[in-house]
Amino acid sequence: METTQQTRPIDEVIAKYPKAREHLISILQEVQAEYGFLSTESINRISSYLNLPSSKIFGVATFYNQFKLNAPGRIQVAICRGTACHVKGSLNLLDSCRQLLGIEVGQTSKDGLFSLETVACLGCCSIAPAMMVNGQFFGRLDKKKLEYLIETWRASGRVEE
Amino acid sequence: MNKIFIGMGTCGLATGAGHVKTAVEKWAAARDMKVVVTPTGCIGYCKAEPIMDVVTDDGHRVSYGNVTADVAGFILDEVLVRKNYKLDGLLGQFKNGTTPLPGIPMIEEHPYFRKQVKYVLRNCGVIDPESLMDYRAHGGFKGFERAMGMSSEQVIQEITRSGLRGRGGSGFPAGKKWELALASKNAKKYVICNADEGDPGAFMDRSILEGDTYAVLEGMMVAGYAIGADEGIIYCRAEYPLAIERIKKAIEVLKSEGLLDAPVGPAGFQFKLRIKMGAGAFVCGEETALMASVEGRRGMPRPRPPFPSVEGLFQKPTIVNNVETMANVSHIMREGAQSFSSMGTQNSKGTKVFALTGKVANAGLVEVPMGITLREIVFDIGGGIPGGKAFKAVQIGGPSGGCIPAEHLDIKIDYESLKSVGAIMGSGGLVVMDEDTCMVDMARYFLAFITSESCGKCIPCREGTQRLYEILDSIVSPYTKMADEEENLLRFNRVLNMESLAQVIKDTSLCGLGQSAPNPVLSTLRFFRKEYEAHIYDRKCPAHQCKGLLTFSIDTNACTGCTLCAKKCPTSAIVGEKKKAHYIVDEKCIRCGTCHDVCRFDAVSVS
Repeated sequence: METTQQTRPIDEVIAKYPKAREHLISILQEVQAEYGFLSTESINRISSYLNLPSSKIFGVATFYNQFKLNAPGRIQVAICRGTACHVKGSLNLLDSCRQLLGIEVGQTSKDGLFSLETVACLGCCSIAPAMMVNGQFFGRLDKKKLEYLIETWRASGRVEE
Repeated sequence: MNKIFIGMGTCGLATGAGHVKTAVEKWAAARDMKVVVTPTGCIGYCKAEPIMDVVTDDGHRVSYGNVTADVAGFILDEVLVRKNYKLDGLLGQFKNGTTPLPGIPMIEEHPYFRKQVKYVLRNCGVIDPESLMDYRAHGGFKGFERAMGMSSEQVIQEITRSGLRGRGGSGFPAGKKWELALASKNAKKYVICNADEGDPGAFMDRSILEGDTYAVLEGMMVAGYAIGADEGIIYCRAEYPLAIERIKKAIEVLKSEGLLDAPVGPAGFQFKLRIKMGAGAFVCGEETALMASVEGRRGMPRPRPPFPSVEGLFQKPTIVNNVETMANVSHIMREGAQSFSSMGTQNSKGTKVFALTGKVANAGLVEVPMGITLREIVFDIGGGIPGGKAFKAVQIGGPSGGCIPAEHLDIKIDYESLKSVGAIMGSGGLVVMDEDTCMVDMARYFLAFITSESCGKCIPCREGTQRLYEILDSIVSPYTKMADEEENLLRFNRVLNMESLAQVIKDTSLCGLGQSAPNPVLSTLRFFRKEYEAHIYDRKCPAHQCKGLLTFSIDTNACTGCTLCAKKCPTSAIVGEKKKAHYIVDEKCIRCGTCHDVCRFDAVSVS
């Protein structure tokens, strides 16, 4: 997600959805896809759009793992913590990643470049241990490969396609 | 013109299938040749990804594995120009009506595929999942057309006769579920396809959705016709972007073909389909929680009855079936109940897809007939444990399932026999573990998962699993953390009560997630009690996995004093002079294992 990218105003993003609660999760997903996270302003705006208390929206947003309430980094690293990855040492991988990035799970680095999170399972267990970075999958990882990847991204400031 | 097929499912893409495609196109452009590159789904042999199939001039389709961008051109040169098919990475040739090439094995004879029966996965990795024409050429929508010529009751009878049971975990007969929904009188009914594959370690549904998208949609349309529903919803995890994209495309194609949103068949059956993205909650695999999520609420289960087939989504009769079940439906309708019920055991018919992963040589997706033994799956298909290690157990059924140790390897796989050893079929995750896997750590891992995924509605699950996790955590934590006498006594008290706590959670939780939450603990306790005892009484982890119980030490004879470990140690816990033996200060050591990894003289030992 490039920060330089123009974002649409929130009303434009949510306008295509009918004003019904059943669309709440889809709306939150689209807003997050646009801005990278759900800000308090966004939640309040959705609240008045759907005529639903902000607290209810907050309840939904915190229930599901997908939603972020803080701005993520430009490079979002998500380490898979599925069973297959666990058996193949993803916990050590996560530790290395924390050391390399200098941040904890759920945090964003001070320069806004990296953020780190874990996911329950990416569903590509056969290439465990795996991670997803800005929507791209990386598999069969080890400490060395991880170090190399992160150094490359740190130097270039972005993830190559 | 030559056809090239490249496996471009998620695992293929992660291993570089995209680069292979570019390389193939470059190769063709450089030689001014016309090739058509068709991206397919996953054939299941993920170990060999990226996989490329080349169709020769005379129509033979030959498959190669581990094709990197560097060797793709070489393979094309050999196969298409020099007609030399015997290359490294050759997997075999497809049966496609042509006289087989002499000396090239059939792909079905490959050791990985020999014992498999491809019923539901037949199209995965074979057809272009985005092409309706290709799907139709492989018999697609014949089942739906056949259903259109039958009455609702007849369709349900066909499914009941096939013996198809829900592939999502509980194994409830699909025909029975549909019958109940048909009996509920209501003008509005829903069909939901549960594609919220939250079970960590499983990816069957992803592969089917990515590799044979239309089969799932066809199954849903049949289900809609059978119960009299006019709307279907696919609830798919947001973590599967490729699957979502393909479903969306497929729905649009079906609309333009007049199969959706328009009356079809003599009964004028009209059906609409839409996709709903899940937002990452394991509990949404439970049907009532899933429906709450579709309605835009927190995904929390509610007590049953009323069952969804009577009162489901928006209080309307609803059936919820898993992806694999739906895909099976379309094949059963086409080929008849007999084609399915002729496979399997007395009470479990047909095939089951398993995601075979973990410490196994050939990780991937396997489809086997029910009644096959675990040994055949792990050793004959999976190729055993890599690195000469000893087999320890398989974990089947995800966080709700259990471990099956070596002594039960010859168990025949079906719903009932798995239950008899404290495991469940689950959705089909099969994680192989070797001697280096600690069973206490596994139980703790699953409990950690459950505690974070428990929805919090009922107390046994919300509080009970948390306490259970704390007990397991205290078992693997070092003593030094709990210097307090009283704390130590409490700890023992908790360990003594662990089993009964697990039983209470099992007996009193509201939904299936909570009721099965203690299974990983109960089943590891049943088969690996000694390992727990080693942790509790000897303070040792036999598999060397529980960091809190490890002690790192340096062999003074082997250490050359190269200082590498001291430099790399994140807490400066290693002291020593240059060219003299080093020592680890245990109080400072955080057991990260870095010294062990970096030592070039094997001087660091772990115990």
